[in-house]
Amino acid sequence: MIDAMATAIRIERALNALGDPTRRAVFRRLRKGNRSVREIADGMDVSRPAVSQHLKVLKAAGLIVVRVDGSRRLYGIDPGGIEALRNWLDGFWDETLAAFKQAAEQEQNQSRS
Amino acid sequence: MVDEGVFDPNRVRKAIDVHAAQDVAWRVFTEKMGTWWPLAFYKIGKANAIDAVIEPYQGGRWYERGEDGSTCDWGTVLAWEPYSRLVLSWDIGADWQPDPTLKTEIEVRFVASGNNATRVELEHRHLDRYGARRDEMRRIFDTEGDWGRLLHSFARAAEAQ
Repeated sequence: MIDAMATAIRIERALNALGDPTRRAVFRRLRKGNRSVREIADGMDVSRPAVSQHLKVLKAAGLIVVRVDGSRRLYGIDPGGIEALRNWLDGFWDETLAAFKQAAEQEQNQSRS
Repeated sequence: MVDEGVFDPNRVRKAIDVHAAQDVAWRVFTEKMGTWWPLAFYKIGKANAIDAVIEPYQGGRWYERGEDGSTCDWGTVLAWEPYSRLVLSWDIGADWQPDPTLKTEIEVRFVASGNNATRVELEHRHLDRYGARRDEMRRIFDTEGDWGRLLHSFARAAEAQ
């Protein structure tokens, strides 16, 4: 259960981070690939320092990673964080019932053969 | 039958269609829980869990069995109606420790839906008994529809990088 709890805490942090609309918008801007702070802030009604602050929270939540490209710092979505969220989003009962379904159908097939 | 449109913060409802006869679905759920329950993650005892057991009568125990022979109670059987309805109490607190006073309830209905097909409906209710931690627990038990869709699209985007 420790693993499940650690996951729950991590997920809680990620969902909290994405609860802020501006931060969500910043996160969305990384969908198409890595971006610098300047590229993220361009066209947004948010200052670069504010964007940096949002990026910091997203990074702490395990949702994004930073890559250093020469003198530039590029921010990108962390696929590991997304995967953890997606797995968890299936939920306790979804996961458990899906496992049950598989076992019941296997049993059905065996009893038929 | 399951009205997803009404939000009740004190319960989580799920349904799944299983390609198995009603009695087969019932037996796998009740007699063979240890073969499918994700024991690696969802267990509460100190020992590695090797089985999950539902005693087949009203008032029976629902527990996990550890590899060292120890058992750890999850709840009790509140209703035992083969092959259509099972009600269990879920007495595991928000800290994933046994709490016999908790008494949240899980009702499972097995509805025959054709030739070797069964719709299994599950309701986990009385989540208000988690008190201040209800919302947190609800999120763990439930899925979050909009978040799920949103994140699937993010995941696709992330994988495409």
